[in-house]
Amino acid sequence: MKTTERRFTTISGVPIEPLYGPEQLQGLDGNPPAPGEFPYTRGIHRDMYRGKLWTMRQFSGFATPEETNRRYHYLLQQGQTGLSVAFDLPTLMGYDADHALSEGEVGKCGASVSSLEDMEILFRGIPLGDVTVSMTINSPAAVLWAMYLAVAEQQGVDWARVSGTLQNDILKEYIAQKEYIFPPRPSMRLVTDTIEFGARHTPRFNPISISGYHIREAGSTAVQELAFTLRDGFEYVDWALERGLPIDEFAPRLSFFFNAHNDFFEEVAKYRAARKIWALAMRERYGAQSERSWKLRFHAQTAGCSLTWQQPYNNVVRTAFQAMAAVLGGAQSLHTNSLDEAYALPSEQAVTIALRTQQILAFESGVANTADPLGGSYFLEKLTAETEEAANRYIRRIDEMGGMIAAIEAGFPQSEIAAASYRYQREVETGERTIVGVNRFQSDDQPIELLEIDESAANHQSAKLAGLRKRRDNQRVTQTLDALRRAAEGTENTMPRLLDAVRAYATLGEICDALRGVFGAYQETPRL
Amino acid sequence: MSAPPAIAPPIRVLVAKPGLDGHDRGAKIIARALRDAGMEVIYTGLRQTPEMIVSAALQEDVEVIGLSILSGAHNAIVPRVMELLREKDMGDVKVVVGGIIPDEDAEALKKDGVAAVFQPGASLESIVSFIRKACRGLH
Repeated sequence: MKTTERRFTTISGVPIEPLYGPEQLQGLDGNPPAPGEFPYTRGIHRDMYRGKLWTMRQFSGFATPEETNRRYHYLLQQGQTGLSVAFDLPTLMGYDADHALSEGEVGKCGASVSSLEDMEILFRGIPLGDVTVSMTINSPAAVLWAMYLAVAEQQGVDWARVSGTLQNDILKEYIAQKEYIFPPRPSMRLVTDTIEFGARHTPRFNPISISGYHIREAGSTAVQELAFTLRDGFEYVDWALERGLPIDEFAPRLSFFFNAHNDFFEEVAKYRAARKIWALAMRERYGAQSERSWKLRFHAQTAGCSLTWQQPYNNVVRTAFQAMAAVLGGAQSLHTNSLDEAYALPSEQAVTIALRTQQILAFESGVANTADPLGGSYFLEKLTAETEEAANRYIRRIDEMGGMIAAIEAGFPQSEIAAASYRYQREVETGERTIVGVNRFQSDDQPIELLEIDESAANHQSAKLAGLRKRRDNQRVTQTLDALRRAAEGTENTMPRLLDAVRAYATLGEICDALRGVFGAYQETPRL
Repeated sequence: MSAPPAIAPPIRVLVAKPGLDGHDRGAKIIARALRDAGMEVIYTGLRQTPEMIVSAALQEDVEVIGLSILSGAHNAIVPRVMELLREKDMGDVKVVVGGIIPDEDAEALKKDGVAAVFQPGASLESIVSFIRKACRGLH
């Protein structure tokens, strides 16, 4: 294609000029304050990665808690600095491993956890006072968090010392990933319960990770990812304020999670705009006084949806560039995908290369030596300003619709994302977007070794559950579930009741069934 | 791709997402592409059991069922759909499966009567023309 015919845009469709100079920055905030200064466009710390390197946190979990625990020990031995738990679909949906709907799904997309017993096994030999743990769990997040806190208790670790992150972002489930159980309002109440409980008992734990990652994976543009995520954040803030929590008591523990996609500069601009919009909103919109409330901290994960099945080794290269964008965008922690993840959960060899990619970035590439080395680039500053402006337009639109729950009920973010993902796919189809190895430069695929998960995990988990149901004090289970039901029907915080139920070894499925009985189950209207 | 002759009724396709997984990006893209290609598409939405899918296919009188599965649960779900179709004498309904399906599993599913398995990276055009050819003998 001749240059004259080709349209130059970011991967999200933002037009790109052939050259950027000072004239593009006129009238814009082209020279933002130094890193560590409000509104933190250039980063939340003055010394950035010299002070503290990002946390290398590989999302990991498969088959049984026993097998996943072995992988965690391996990753920590390899120099990984935090853990991140992937749960399987039955766990994410609040079903026990032996439920009929769990058939064929146990351990396939993550570790199977149906009870406190499984959680104890998952963290066997891992000191929860020292290692920070992130848990990707949403609809039943409060239940899994109760299990986690109960394990910390058993290890003799004071909750005040426990540090980590619960994903617990239900709004993006309705918007994008669709792993919801209850309707939006009772779900928001559970999230608010965890935020409130966290503010009182776990000062070092992030009770929520407000996530754009899945929005992007569902096919959104970078701007949609940014806007919907930040607007979700405002929704959580509104609910916590409504509960009576002072802003500066919970806002410092709100954390974020963004995608790191292919378009390098667009991604860096997205992270910078995110920090600026959040800082301004926290100070102006919500009147937060504490600097800690203004600072947007985020985890990044490279884009799973960018990985190709064809020529899988190319995925190592894609992931490395994406990871560099996250680092130059000032991420606090990072997950790099493995080359085989278009096929399966990663093999140990593949995940090791992914971790080494981060170590090469951190210790060889030199990009971590100075704070925001891209700051002042005409192109990047212009793109940051454009991204901020476009995201703010979406945020205002959702405000006008009456907030994110109203927007979700109207199907607004869902249909914006579906339209963007279809547009992108058509561009790939016509060859307007090149995907190396897929629509250009095709060749025969190199075979790779894959991790296989058979049905033995399901059998093992079911047998363990049967044993537990016989062994535990079933009267205590019934009592704690009844107490939980009463709490759910009323307005008291459900966390203490959830803790009692998990300590009695009530299973995840039993607890979620009790809550389903009170809250009902959610089903979305299928829309194209 | 050329449009089918005007006299042929549009091909009716049920696009379904079975299992617990909620990642519906692929299912929605395929549904839109088939609709844009002139087919009548019924999208069931999420978390459909094999029983729900086959009963919807019967009620909607479709020629094709498209299943999108990314979670690795295909070996439990797809054979059950095939079995129910045979039980209900709906063996002429063509089943196509898209998603993360390893080669050896794809072969086994085809032996069980699945018309085609589309793996990641398959073009929309290849899916549309396969369905046209399978239903109308057209490219």
